[in-house]
Amino acid sequence: MAMLLLAGACGDKADEPGAATSDTGATTGAADTGDTIKVGVLHSLSGTMAISEVSVKDAELLAIEQINAAGGVLGKQLVPVVEDGASDWPTFAEKAEKLISVDKVATTFGGWTSASRKAMLPVFEKNKALLWYPVQYEGLEQSPYIFYTGATTNQQIIPGLEYLKAQGKTRVFLVGSDYVFPRTANKEIKAWAAANGMEILGEEYTPLGHTEYGTLVNKVKQADPDAVFNTLNGDSNVAFFKQFKDAGLTAADMPVLSVSVAEEEVRGIGPENVAGHLTSWNYYQTTSNAANTAFVKAYKDKYGQDRVTGDPIEAGYIAVYLWKAAVEKAGTTEVEAVRAASGGITFDAPEGLVTIDGETQHLFKTARIGKIEATGLITEVGGSGQPIKPDPYLKSYPWAAGLS
Amino acid sequence: MDIYVSQLFTGLSVGSILLLIALGLTFTFGQMGVINLAHGEFIMAGAYTAYVLGDHLTTQVSILVALPVAFVIAGAIGLVLERLLIRRLYSRPLDTLLVTWGVSLVLQQAARDIFGAPNVSVTSPSWLDGGLTVGSVTFPYSRLFILGLVVVAVGGIAFYQGRMSQGRRMRAVMQNRELAACSGIVTGRVDQLTFFIGSGLAGAAGVALTLLGPIGPSLGTAYVVDAFLVVVAGGVGQIRGAVIAAFALGILNAFVEYWTQASLAKVVVLVGVVAFLQVRPQGLVSLRTRTLA
Repeated sequence: MAMLLLAGACGDKADEPGAATSDTGATTGAADTGDTIKVGVLHSLSGTMAISEVSVKDAELLAIEQINAAGGVLGKQLVPVVEDGASDWPTFAEKAEKLISVDKVATTFGGWTSASRKAMLPVFEKNKALLWYPVQYEGLEQSPYIFYTGATTNQQIIPGLEYLKAQGKTRVFLVGSDYVFPRTANKEIKAWAAANGMEILGEEYTPLGHTEYGTLVNKVKQADPDAVFNTLNGDSNVAFFKQFKDAGLTAADMPVLSVSVAEEEVRGIGPENVAGHLTSWNYYQTTSNAANTAFVKAYKDKYGQDRVTGDPIEAGYIAVYLWKAAVEKAGTTEVEAVRAASGGITFDAPEGLVTIDGETQHLFKTARIGKIEATGLITEVGGSGQPIKPDPYLKSYPWAAGLS
Repeated sequence: MDIYVSQLFTGLSVGSILLLIALGLTFTFGQMGVINLAHGEFIMAGAYTAYVLGDHLTTQVSILVALPVAFVIAGAIGLVLERLLIRRLYSRPLDTLLVTWGVSLVLQQAARDIFGAPNVSVTSPSWLDGGLTVGSVTFPYSRLFILGLVVVAVGGIAFYQGRMSQGRRMRAVMQNRELAACSGIVTGRVDQLTFFIGSGLAGAAGVALTLLGPIGPSLGTAYVVDAFLVVVAGGVGQIRGAVIAAFALGILNAFVEYWTQASLAKVVVLVGVVAFLQVRPQGLVSLRTRTLA
């Protein structure tokens, strides 16, 4: 049976124009050989990003374990090859190359920061290998060899802005870390604001890992906005929220809407420092449906009752299932066949129904605005109510015409 | 006007944090010539001490208990490091840089394995919540607490070095190791004590920083470079220089950031220090000695 599959895979490969080099042929063949399929898991397990990425790795391994227990993919067991990107972008590229050419994995799940994704992108494109990227990001990208299971801007940031506007919060201050995601996101926010009668009172960036927010909080206080839109990433959020609160600013007077603060970050900030503030995501641990109940239970049973799930964790988990569905539909792990089969695949995810958009390789996702509770969990207070079609280049929005 | 008062206070507060971290370094780097890149991990050890104690004591007092406990724990880790590695490298500062960099990575990963990769949180006592409001200016209690802590720490060190025989021995060794040894001081013993105190101060700083910043395995890396900046600008081994440099840099940083942006403020401060060191390579305050060379 395995031999037949192998022959089939090789046959597909030979028909594929431009992909029939012996090297890639061997890659696909080896990944498919025998009773197992190797898959790569590439996240930062050390360094500053380990804070966020270790949990995503855990979720991906959980999905792999569940799939194996249920009989595997195409009747074969998945064997995860875990690599550490070490919070260092060149290392991500190097490890991606290693997973593809040495381990010959069928696909890779990995990355968190946009910088790490941008570093891996050329490697996956060159080798015509697949990457599943599980984190919300700034949009304006659409690689044929990447599947994006997190939100793009029109599924997270724009719903967040719409919510603020609906609440009458039309004077907004932008705070972000100084790198590609916040800067691009803020460009889009400013374009949206100009077209929707929202006033941007200020725009401030701090270096990644920055921990001194006294001055920035003073600036926010002086501008006195209705709300703050926060695209800070990582550790900085802890310092920002503690110092925001110390300066006497409250969620009731000036809510902060964050797009990179999920349940896990709330624990690190301390729920008492961030309660009442808002978030915009596609999934919360409290999202109520049967798939999520089962997911949260499985995650806690495996990793500890004190652990929490969150949006990127869920996006990593469903990435594995979506890949499985695409492989089973294609009948092979061969990359081009999986890509071709992916469009329209649906999955009853913990966040609700998601569908792969074949054209953009992003997902249809439901936007959910949440309010952080004193318990550290986030409850839904608004959102789109139904899945939004991914639009990474914001082509369907007239106000975004000038953005590149 | 109010905003200038706020910014001046922010500057003083930033300066006090810099000073708290740099104090330990003025000993280990300034006085012993060890470029200790693991200094940030002693801060981390202190912060995790506050976290562990926070789980076992009531929030109202745990920070006060954590300060001395963290001092001892971080100091002990420093002592072990000194005994095992650094004492073999006293005359080789560049080697200490590489070795302590490695140690810092090991300690970070150890913390990640023990406490988990995600940040943890320490609940600050309610008496440090909020701030003192005068007119429209708010002085957060947590920042006032750190300022007070720095005053105590600097005062304590000044007293120790100026009035106590142990502290004077420490100064003697740092100023002229050979002469101190000739006078009957066991310099190795003094080195150990110095390293213990320097590392311990970092541990206490770590407890204070839990009030303002993140608590995770890599928290020390955010502070260690700035601390070196203070020590170098202040003059190697000089407490007085470190005090002046820390507050000058803090205030400069606060105002430049207010007028521009955080990233640019870092650049301006760094360029300022480099320019200053061109004019005064020995730093703000330097020890006057007579040498034959």
